[in-house]
Amino acid sequence: METATDIVLLALLAATAVGLVRIRNLFAVVMLAGIYSLLSAGLFTVLDAVDVAFTEAAVGAGISTVLFLGALALVGHREKKPTRTGRMQVLPLAVVLITGAALVYGTMDLPPFGDAANPVHHRVADHYLEETYHEIGVPNVVTAVLASYRGYDTMGETTVVFAAAVGVMLLLGGGARRRRGGAAPASESESE
Amino acid sequence: MMSELLSQVVGSYNYWIVVFLMMTGFYILISRGNLIKKLVGLNVFQTSVFMLYISLGKITGGTAPILVDDPEALYSNPLPHVLILTAIVVGIATTSVGLALAVRIKEAYGTVEEDEINEIEAGIDDRRAPGRAALRGP
Repeated sequence: METATDIVLLALLAATAVGLVRIRNLFAVVMLAGIYSLLSAGLFTVLDAVDVAFTEAAVGAGISTVLFLGALALVGHREKKPTRTGRMQVLPLAVVLITGAALVYGTMDLPPFGDAANPVHHRVADHYLEETYHEIGVPNVVTAVLASYRGYDTMGETTVVFAAAVGVMLLLGGGARRRRGGAAPASESESE
Repeated sequence: MMSELLSQVVGSYNYWIVVFLMMTGFYILISRGNLIKKLVGLNVFQTSVFMLYISLGKITGGTAPILVDDPEALYSNPLPHVLILTAIVVGIATTSVGLALAVRIKEAYGTVEEDEINEIEAGIDDRRAPGRAALRGP
């Protein structure tokens, strides 16, 4: 049952991705991208990554879609018909096919999906699963690792989010100042 | 022989679809000129990497890594989940900066299509250095 759900969800994701390539109405593309995120959240649930699933549903399908819609309101929602010549259309396809073939060749060396004997499941992972409850006292191992064992890493992550927020505010706030145009005080226009 | 092939396919199905999704995102990124569409492609690419990591952490018949009383319980690997949680949050941060850049480019150039921006840029260069335009011809 689990495997069947996994196969169906991945097939739906592949179909959605093909749709994303073909559709040129960007409003539809953003909505489809939201569906894609929600499908991947479903896949994460099937693959036992419940924390990742609800983060993806909230951030990928929620916040991300809202941000894209906000941007579309400012830049318009029609994608131009590609006007490239033959060679320019074939080149990306060739690059993608060659890279894809190399990656598929790489998957031949990956351990089989879902096997408990895979090397990645031993040593460090075992330690966390066995010791977390004594050391941290939180039953959710993912939360314990994220907030406690790797707390500094998570602090670095919030720094990244802070830097991104500052970047967005500078980019968009600067535009608002320029739009006010000639009425801007002299000191401000000198600084630009 | 047949069952060997089947087990190889089932054992690699997740990875192959992940590669397909990754390449679809990559294709959108390099073949489309619209900056918003490129960002959607980047997101597809990024999500496919998440799926690869989570697939590698899955144990068939396992359960989510939330400890229960049963000593026989088999948990999936929690470490990929932790890495991907961080990656999702960093991903939305980079996406928002990318969208802000697209909005600024729209303000400055009046378009978010790559080829139109290149034409405008070429026009600016020609005005600054008319000699180069003469070299390139009409």
